[in-house]
Amino acid sequence: MPKKNSMRSIFLNGVLTENPTFRLVLGTCPAIAVTTNAMNGVGMGIATTFVLLGSNIVISMLRNFIPNKVRIPAFVVVICTFVTIIQLMMQAFVPALYDALGIFLPLIVVNCIILARAEAFACKNGVLASAVDGLGMGVGFTLALILIGGIREVLGAGTFLGMNVLGAGFEPVLLMILPPGGFIVYGLALGIINAIGNRRSKVTAAGKEGVQA
Amino acid sequence: MRLNDVGIFLFFVNCALVNNFIFSRFLGNCPYLGVSNKLSTATGMGIAVTFVMGLSSLFAYIVYTYLLVPLELQYLETIAFILIIAALVQFVEMFMKKSLPALYSALGIYLPLITTNCAVLGVTLVNIKAGYNMIESVLSGVFGALGFLLAIVLMAGIRERIEHSDIPEAFKGFPICLIIAGMMSLAFFGFQGLVK
Repeated sequence: MPKKNSMRSIFLNGVLTENPTFRLVLGTCPAIAVTTNAMNGVGMGIATTFVLLGSNIVISMLRNFIPNKVRIPAFVVVICTFVTIIQLMMQAFVPALYDALGIFLPLIVVNCIILARAEAFACKNGVLASAVDGLGMGVGFTLALILIGGIREVLGAGTFLGMNVLGAGFEPVLLMILPPGGFIVYGLALGIINAIGNRRSKVTAAGKEGVQA
Repeated sequence: MRLNDVGIFLFFVNCALVNNFIFSRFLGNCPYLGVSNKLSTATGMGIAVTFVMGLSSLFAYIVYTYLLVPLELQYLETIAFILIIAALVQFVEMFMKKSLPALYSALGIYLPLITTNCAVLGVTLVNIKAGYNMIESVLSGVFGALGFLLAIVLMAGIRERIEHSDIPEAFKGFPICLIIAGMMSLAFFGFQGLVK
């Protein structure tokens, strides 16, 4: 049984160290497509987190029963089941969000993050650890979508979560909510996060050298 | 956009350029960024995708119209389509290995990757949503994939050129690719006016 401390590190691994959007660069399609505003980012993030959590739990429970050769189709069927569940639920309870996310809701099935976590984590670890991993990855993905969606919404429409933040005098940069803006904002955010990461790892390396000296 | 109203050329322009999978539908970004660092691999991937997308559009249409609709199981479309694609990819791989070894050795490694290419599942869902008939579905799959081929080949060409450019350390790799993709997407906006 893993300790509490390691659960925390598994969770933080998903949110920060191996953030699916900014670190692993997986699941880029929804990260660009649905992030025209922050609210869509939240909706997509929650849907993906639900699927990740569910599929990680079920796959880790079944990991000793699924033959190695057919594991990928088996994973896909499990993932697909959860996607259909969330799709029907969103259609029933939040129809506006369901329409906004459109085709990208069923496409969660082929979101590489989910299959990657099933393959890399859930089929090798216990149920609890897999659940925490799914939750951490999902939260990391959601935060990344909110970041990208927030930047695009503020610059492209002058609002955040539907509230006006930049005042009436602001001329919206329409490009930001059009497709090219998605690529550019994601690219810039990724570059800046890389730059911060590089600097921090340099500082830590320098700090370690200092200690050794 | 129906084939009979616009003719095959405008249908092609619509599927491949105006609604390009990468630049305006945002599907298939993972292979687009992942295997676009060399022109030859990019071309291989593009051709393999074209092959699979055409076939899966056809089979998805058949299964949806003659199996799911009569049984009123439309909500199972996602599961049905992904299984069709997975089976098809496996089948194409086995078939190629046996009868087209030259093509297999060129495309073999890309085939398994295609199962999780969201453009393939995407096109089947788009076809159903647009209410296309069988011919329109297959054409939309093939033309859409040709648009993907064009995008990935252009990207690979640019990436081979910028390989030795002086890019800031943090922007090397994915970030600069995404920004280039943004610029290309902007250029593809120019096609928007071609089809009303």
